Amino acid sequence: MALFDQTATEHLKGLESGALKSVELTQTYLDRIRAVDNRVGAFLSVDADGALKRAEEIDERRAKKQRVGRLAGLPLAVKDILCERGKVTTCASRMLQQFRPPYDATVIAKLREADAVFVGRTNMDEFAMGGSTENSAFQVTRNPWDLERSPGGSSGGSAAAVAAGMAPLAIGTDTGGSIRQPAGLCGVVGMKPTYGRVSRFGLIAFASSLDQIGPFGQSVEDAALLLETIAGHDPRDTTSLDVPVPAYSQSVNKPLANLRIGWVREHFGGGLDKEVESAVRAAFEVYKSLGATLHEISLPHSKYAVATYYVIAPSEASSNLARYDGVHFGYRTDEKEMLAELAADRRRLETAGDKAGLEHLDSALVRMYRRTRAEGFGPEVKRRIMLGTYALSAGYYDAYYLKALKLRRLIRKDFDDAFGKVDLIAGPITPAPAFKIGEMSGDPLAMYLVDIYTVSANLAGIPGLCLPCGRSQAGLPIGLQLQAPALEEERLFCGARMFEQATDWDKGRAKL
Amino acid sequence: MSISRRDNEKVALLGRLRLTEDELAIMTTELAQIVGYVDQLSEVDTDGIEPMAHAIEVANVFRADEVSPSLSREEALSNAPHRDERGYLVPAVLGE
Amino acid sequence: MSDYTTIVGLEVHVQLATASKLFCGCSTKFGAEPNTQTCPVCIGLPGTLPVMNRNAFQLALKTAVALNCEIPAYTKWDRKQYYYPDLPKNYQISQYDLPMSQHGYLDIGDPKGAFEPKRVRILRAHLEEDAGKSLHDEVAGKGDSLIDLNRTGTPLLEIVSEPDMRSPLEAKAFLTELKLLLTYIGVSDCNMQEGSLRVDANVNLHIDTAEGKVATPIIEIKNMNSFRAVERALEYEVGRQWCEWQETHRKLGDAPKQTRGWDDVAGVTRGQRSKEESSDYRYFPDPDLAPVTVGPQDAAAIRESLGELPAALRGRLESDFGLSAYDADVLVNQGSPVVTYFLDVAKFTGDPKAAANWVTQDVLRTLKESEHTIESLPVASSALAELIRKVKAGEVPSSRAREVFQTMVEKRVDVAAAMQSLGIAAVDEGELIALCQKLLAANPKTISDVRAGKLQAVGALIGQAKKQNPNVDPTRFRELCLELIEKAP
Ligand SMILES: [Mg+2]
Ligand SMILES: [Zn+2]
Repeated sequence: MALFDQTATEHLKGLESGALKSVELTQTYLDRIRAVDNRVGAFLSVDADGALKRAEEIDERRAKKQRVGRLAGLPLAVKDILCERGKVTTCASRMLQQFRPPYDATVIAKLREADAVFVGRTNMDEFAMGGSTENSAFQVTRNPWDLERSPGGSSGGSAAAVAAGMAPLAIGTDTGGSIRQPAGLCGVVGMKPTYGRVSRFGLIAFASSLDQIGPFGQSVEDAALLLETIAGHDPRDTTSLDVPVPAYSQSVNKPLANLRIGWVREHFGGGLDKEVESAVRAAFEVYKSLGATLHEISLPHSKYAVATYYVIAPSEASSNLARYDGVHFGYRTDEKEMLAELAADRRRLETAGDKAGLEHLDSALVRMYRRTRAEGFGPEVKRRIMLGTYALSAGYYDAYYLKALKLRRLIRKDFDDAFGKVDLIAGPITPAPAFKIGEMSGDPLAMYLVDIYTVSANLAGIPGLCLPCGRSQAGLPIGLQLQAPALEEERLFCGARMFEQATDWDKGRAKL
Repeated sequence: MSISRRDNEKVALLGRLRLTEDELAIMTTELAQIVGYVDQLSEVDTDGIEPMAHAIEVANVFRADEVSPSLSREEALSNAPHRDERGYLVPAVLGE
Repeated sequence: MSDYTTIVGLEVHVQLATASKLFCGCSTKFGAEPNTQTCPVCIGLPGTLPVMNRNAFQLALKTAVALNCEIPAYTKWDRKQYYYPDLPKNYQISQYDLPMSQHGYLDIGDPKGAFEPKRVRILRAHLEEDAGKSLHDEVAGKGDSLIDLNRTGTPLLEIVSEPDMRSPLEAKAFLTELKLLLTYIGVSDCNMQEGSLRVDANVNLHIDTAEGKVATPIIEIKNMNSFRAVERALEYEVGRQWCEWQETHRKLGDAPKQTRGWDDVAGVTRGQRSKEESSDYRYFPDPDLAPVTVGPQDAAAIRESLGELPAALRGRLESDFGLSAYDADVLVNQGSPVVTYFLDVAKFTGDPKAAANWVTQDVLRTLKESEHTIESLPVASSALAELIRKVKAGEVPSSRAREVFQTMVEKRVDVAAAMQSLGIAAVDEGELIALCQKLLAANPKTISDVRAGKLQAVGALIGQAKKQNPNVDPTRFRELCLELIEKAP
């Protein structure tokens, strides 16, 4: 097994014992990036010099027996959505192509404090809107298992980076499945914590009440280690929870006794791929063999989850993205061209004697806003801004936005009821394995429906994890999703680790 | 509810987007499809259900009224696309 | 011939007296160089989040309680969305359907009796963040506006009255009383020049016609920089609406609500451009901010801590100190430090009426004519009390008391030193009688005039007496003269 095929937990043992140097490890991953990323396209930027310098410094501190952080010397990739002081942070948008935040996201600060080695920033769907990483303004990311296929999204760059051995750990964000779905499609472990478990400060917002930052790794242990490092209360994020963070990496190997697993009746209706269904049912059998009991449960409102999500998320997004207007930061349209266009419009209307047209003609400022946003945002972002603006506008608020908030409560209540009966909920992560690049791009609604199994956790605020549980005939990974009640990440990790240890799906690596 | 092209023009202005004729046509079709799908929410009886705006419901989170250092002006303006030495510049806002 | 009633409602934005902004730690100090008091949060940079200032909420709550508002148990924060370059997020964090307070009132009156005392209802008061400033003139010619975000995120309390005022004068009285209340409880400095208090007015007319009462369209007036400007703008607008009604007969609902700006120099309001979509603010709950709950005991504790409010204080000055309504009003309207000063003088002298006369006249005149505030006035309340005592005891001639006071102010000295520097000493009774006898002997006509009933003839002698001895107390001298004339054969 190549060094880059090993897990972060294994690397850490080597680093701590002195058998492995961070410089060597970092160089291995940088070489791997050089070797394969021209085909995968996971990274938007790679900081080889910075990473090696940092690795060297950590090696030195370790050699001198100085204090080092929890992840000391481990290479790590970060989704290009977390602000890093002085570093270009693009969110895969033309809008932020030149944006250098004057501050660090809390998670970046924590990772730096933990002495992780940042190797690069990963590609994503623009502003995290999408499930294929095709909506990046800069490049398409490909699935390491089949380069014709999508890695999923929006954290497709991070998932692909880990799956292709370009980083042992990566950070993603999950608003409607954006960590778990690409983890499933790329055959790695990805986890969305409880809403509020990880600070959102410095995470460029898509939908504030749904966004969470979470870990990617080759194993459940790795994900536990990374979450443990980034979780915790942050006074700068009032939605972050002021509760203790368990030492997940310590407890992850304790199997759960008398585990009650719920499977959701509604998840096995039409639309679920046969291969996925049989892999997931096989996983249930594994759990039974480990002493768990299986229980059929119902989440009666789960069929409304996608509709609910596609009202709430775009509504919040339309507001969060209002700030990209070309005034204080980010892209601005060419002003000379804009003024010339406006003058031409005016002449045309005057010639036509179109009084109403002239009355409604944009002012220079409004035209500046509109051109800036038209040029700075890609089509999916515009679609969601339109959708969200519509749902919040006068006359539609009650029918859409308010209605969706009520459905959200019902969806949450379904989970509360279910978790009265079972400890974990298990099921598919996507209706099918990885789809072909371009396959869905003409049909936004079909693309949205891929989120059917993931959005409920975001709406309810509960944690969810995806780990590999099979392979399709075409050799594509199949993911198993586990969900737990709010703040029960520990249970989630332990339950996932039981399965991982009982099977070999985690050992598989994409051939590149 | 269906979403018309006229609705879309209004929404595009509210959201400060400029759509070409073609984009507007495509957007109208797509949004109609999505809104059509979302309309299934109306079949659920939600009378008496409290809306849920936050995923985790906490209350009363404050900070102390303490002054902390601001950015230097140069840092504050460092990302501005159009500026002078004192501030951000925009096309005249008179009469807006 | 038809008659009309003026209907006025006010919307007041008050800057709360916090050290830092509502959602970040930037200073709220006025007057800094543009864009030197900003941070990633108030610039609205991507990824930043608001964290609410506890003191801002407390000050808002204090105001709401002082305005007799109901304090709901649950309040939340909403985003009000509109694009403007001095609003960097392009939404303002404000409160929409569940404000932190509602349904209060403020009593107003006019001691001169221009209108009957009345209760103006408060519809709601809510907390929100301020926007920045767009400066145009300074970069005129370049065609660009300069945006300064120093103000952005400053905590504001928006106080909305019901349309209960019936004249521009009542509106001005409401603002005056509101400002007084806010400064009494220390929630704002209410400095209009620095933008700490800003007023928008809504006005229309209810016109009696043959068909019954008709309302004219409601106009919102903005850009008024003083209470006097509010009064003038309303006066102008009432006239304008009356003329417009006679010309157009346009009623409420015939046109969308219009906003007009007040031009203080020209003394007119002017229509402002409004767009059909501008009022669709798409309010929704801010997902970044937790709601706030307030228990009944919290509101009670605040009520407890408020101290005596202006209205109660006026009542007490009238009932416990026997002041006229007018004097009580003058004193209370000066703010609580002046009232405290008065109360001290009254206590030290035991003569509230004299204390009130001195404070409302000499002290206030001095404050007005000098740079002094009541706190910096060189005459402490105890020193003024001493002066009043000496006047009553005849040690300072009442005719020279004001001179003594002025000297105490100018030379920053006590009563005794002021008397000394003015050469004031009490005149011995025997000396005074001798002077009286001497002057009467020299002016027999005075005696006959007085006997003929012309008592004011003594006045001429008083002038002469003062020339001979400036310390002569004219009142006592006059008494003595009259006594001597009566006794004389
Ligand atoms: Mg307001
Ligand atoms: Zn700030």
